Amino acid sequence: MKDHYDIAIIGTGPAGMAAATVASAHGADVLIVDEQPEVGGQIYRGITHQSIKDKTILGDDYYKGQSLADAFAASNADHVSGATVWQVSPEREIGISKDGAAHLLTADQVIIATGAQERPFPIPGWTLPGVMTAGSAQILLKSSGITFSNAVFAGTGPLLYLIAYQYLKAGVPIRAILDTTPKSNRLKALPHLPGALYHLSSIMKGRKWIKALKSSGTLFIEGIDNLKITGKDSTEAIEYLLQNKWHRIEASNVFLHQGVVPNVNLAMASGCIHHWNEQKLCWHASTDEWGSSNVPGISIAGDGGGIGGAIAAEYQGRITAYQALYTTNKVKKQERDINVLPTQHALTHEMRIRPFLDVMFRPATQFRIPTDDATIVCRCEEVTAGKIRESISLGCAGPNQLKGFTRCGMGPCQGRFCSLSVSELIAKAQNVSVNELEQLRLRPPVKPLMLAELANLTILASEDT
Amino acid sequence: MHEIEMKPSPKVSIEFDGQTLQANEGETVAAALLRQTHLAFRTTPVTGKSRGPFCMMGVCFDCLVEIDGAPNKQACMTYVEDGMRVKRQLGAGDTGVFLSDEEDTQ
Amino acid sequence: MSTSKQTADAIIVGGGLHGCATALYLAMRGVNCAVLEKDYVGRHASGVNAGGVRRLGRALPEVPLADTALSIWRNIEDLIDDDCGFKSLGQVKVAENNAELSALKNRAKTVQDIGFLHEEIIDQKQLRELLPAVASHCIGGLYVNGDGHANPYRTVTAFKRKAISMGVRIFEQTPVNEIVRHGKNWLVKSPSRKIEAPIIVNCAGAWGGSIAAQLGDYAPVEAQALMLMITARMPHFVKPVVGSQGRTLSFKQFDNGTVMMGGAYQGSAEPEQNNTHLSFNGLAKNARAATAIFPIMRQATIVRSWAGIEGVMPDNIPVIGAGSADGVYHAFGFSAHGFALGPLVGKIITDLIDVGDIELPIDAFRIQRFSQNKDI
Repeated sequence: MKDHYDIAIIGTGPAGMAAATVASAHGADVLIVDEQPEVGGQIYRGITHQSIKDKTILGDDYYKGQSLADAFAASNADHVSGATVWQVSPEREIGISKDGAAHLLTADQVIIATGAQERPFPIPGWTLPGVMTAGSAQILLKSSGITFSNAVFAGTGPLLYLIAYQYLKAGVPIRAILDTTPKSNRLKALPHLPGALYHLSSIMKGRKWIKALKSSGTLFIEGIDNLKITGKDSTEAIEYLLQNKWHRIEASNVFLHQGVVPNVNLAMASGCIHHWNEQKLCWHASTDEWGSSNVPGISIAGDGGGIGGAIAAEYQGRITAYQALYTTNKVKKQERDINVLPTQHALTHEMRIRPFLDVMFRPATQFRIPTDDATIVCRCEEVTAGKIRESISLGCAGPNQLKGFTRCGMGPCQGRFCSLSVSELIAKAQNVSVNELEQLRLRPPVKPLMLAELANLTILASEDT
Repeated sequence: MHEIEMKPSPKVSIEFDGQTLQANEGETVAAALLRQTHLAFRTTPVTGKSRGPFCMMGVCFDCLVEIDGAPNKQACMTYVEDGMRVKRQLGAGDTGVFLSDEEDTQ
Repeated sequence: MSTSKQTADAIIVGGGLHGCATALYLAMRGVNCAVLEKDYVGRHASGVNAGGVRRLGRALPEVPLADTALSIWRNIEDLIDDDCGFKSLGQVKVAENNAELSALKNRAKTVQDIGFLHEEIIDQKQLRELLPAVASHCIGGLYVNGDGHANPYRTVTAFKRKAISMGVRIFEQTPVNEIVRHGKNWLVKSPSRKIEAPIIVNCAGAWGGSIAAQLGDYAPVEAQALMLMITARMPHFVKPVVGSQGRTLSFKQFDNGTVMMGGAYQGSAEPEQNNTHLSFNGLAKNARAATAIFPIMRQATIVRSWAGIEGVMPDNIPVIGAGSADGVYHAFGFSAHGFALGPLVGKIITDLIDVGDIELPIDAFRIQRFSQNKDI
């Protein structure tokens, strides 16, 4: 690793790979960093040496990542893998840990491409061993060929149906699919259907998965109104509320999913302004059409700024890279425009399906804001919904004050799995929109940093006093 | 546990709470443990409840284990190595220092 | 928007610890108070400091105050119905070599010379009994039995709650735009309200200089952002708060097992934007100091670092006392060690207002000390 790069890219998912390939092809000195040992992010995880023999299990969309990864491998970007970026300062000082050593370096331009994470799913019992996310099921399948027989899949959203379908293709028995998609979403989504029809093949694909699952004899129950997972030290059963009656299914493994949301911690800690999107119920980075944030030199590409999916992420990677090249005088305006304009058109087209998906699979309130006071909201510090509501009534007006009262958000995940729920809880209690609340104040290190690594930090000569 | 047909991969041996188990080279500690149907990796420092991996991508911090004596390691972000000694992390973890017998009041 | 004028017996600018403590003590004496806080109570230094409650190592003028403050802390629950997480397991400053131990011995003597016996020298054996996990090369220390630490956010919030229960009006999100004289009163204007009172107390912390100026006083307070770090939970290994003679370090472990460390490592402050920035170079030095004194810390993971905005005076001791104009009082600029004094300073200001005089020596803290030097 050098002390300075023209362009530093955080994340080797589709946005990061596309950005790095473009940037280095135009002569920029590029650093690209990821925590994983190999490229692909989550969506293309394991793409460089996929060991599953039957390609129909993961499906065509997955293998699209191969050409992206190949082009990236052929580029001369400086790829640092297995490394954690714990800081990008507003002045673009980047803190990285690798192999037990921490380093500080700088870049003229930074592209944050940290991707998405699962939306929290705070229901009773969601912290029990044996409960994981649909994303986990995907990772276990893609990276290690591991599956769990007779698991229950619960929630809503295309990724839930996708992993269940992949299980079906792989011949893994599924105990049940409990679909929490609110029935009323269908009607609300209708006005957005024309836009979605530009992606008819994707819509048809989704319908194909669901049809295949239903006709395979898998128990597929729709209109689930509530859920709870039970067990003493491990998952034993999942109960669901359907038409005012509770039912129980025994299971040792439950996969939960209700959409993905941007992984915003690094960008927020860097000073990038984010706004709450009430339709999508998550934080969006405030960026312009080039992906540039309010912080000079820092741009955001891919799902990390707002969910758009793998192809949109690739386009955003290209756009932010060209803009970074232009800003650092590596390409002229005309060359930037020639390349970016068609990509922006393609991106607009790619995003046409989003309004439909956002409305169709918008999770119901009871799955985002727990009604049961005993439900854990902050997993790390085991803070319950009841404790949070009590603190609000004692005067906690925002998530930062809540931290002081309850330790909610002070654990190692730094609010990744609680701050959405907390923001909505506080907003609801105060009858305001989430945008009116103070945002959770995030600081580096955005991932925990070993003190020994920090003690051995390679100090930049210019700062040493 | 259902195994899908994979291209063969070299095996390594790791220890989990003293028990030897086989893992595939290049997989995460979390995957290796889940493969053996170990679903719980730790107990929480606040109430001592059992936890296991949740997100498998390094953002939930529920899969914390002790690896070769070092606590607070994310099993889903650590790759197996032959001879690795993994232990369930109980509470705040063990940093291996001899402490005085006196317990803090409350 | 019309802002009809409100009145009070006393207005306090700044809803941090000193502001809320002053409001509480005044309310206990029947004084009708209003506190104007530009953000929310505990938003800045008061809510995010290291929580040290000490007499150890204080500048000499502060020693009598710290001594009295400790006796308030021992009974803090009686005052504000919350024990604030106060733990008095001692504070110790560690010496790593003979030169450092000599310096500590001189310090102990200096404090004894002004009549206080709380700082005791301890030898290596005593140090090891007190700190079993301390590095083996440490040869002794300076120890104060009864010093300790408390939870700053919990403390300031408890003062706020108690003050409100005694009738204090606390207006948050209420920055002060302007203060003018209005007859015998001070008229304070903010975007959402106007309020006037014959007494005004400046507890505006890092922002205290501009408030002082409007009250006719000069105080060159600067905003500073000292950095702190906190770890994930660790098994319990240390009870007292630990500092170091030779290194900048302040170190404590809480009941929940997390370890907090800091010292005088500077980040940068932007008080007008409520922002602070961290310097990882500084934090790295802090990490080296901590791991040198406690090797066990090499296994620690830092979960968060931050820096609050503190008000610092050029001579590193606060401004406490009456201002030059009638009805004006100041308590700000605590230079990164105001937390322990908060519960006492509220009483000091209240006595000054109520009685006109107090027993404790506070002359060294007068705001006028800066005007006298202004032309130099």
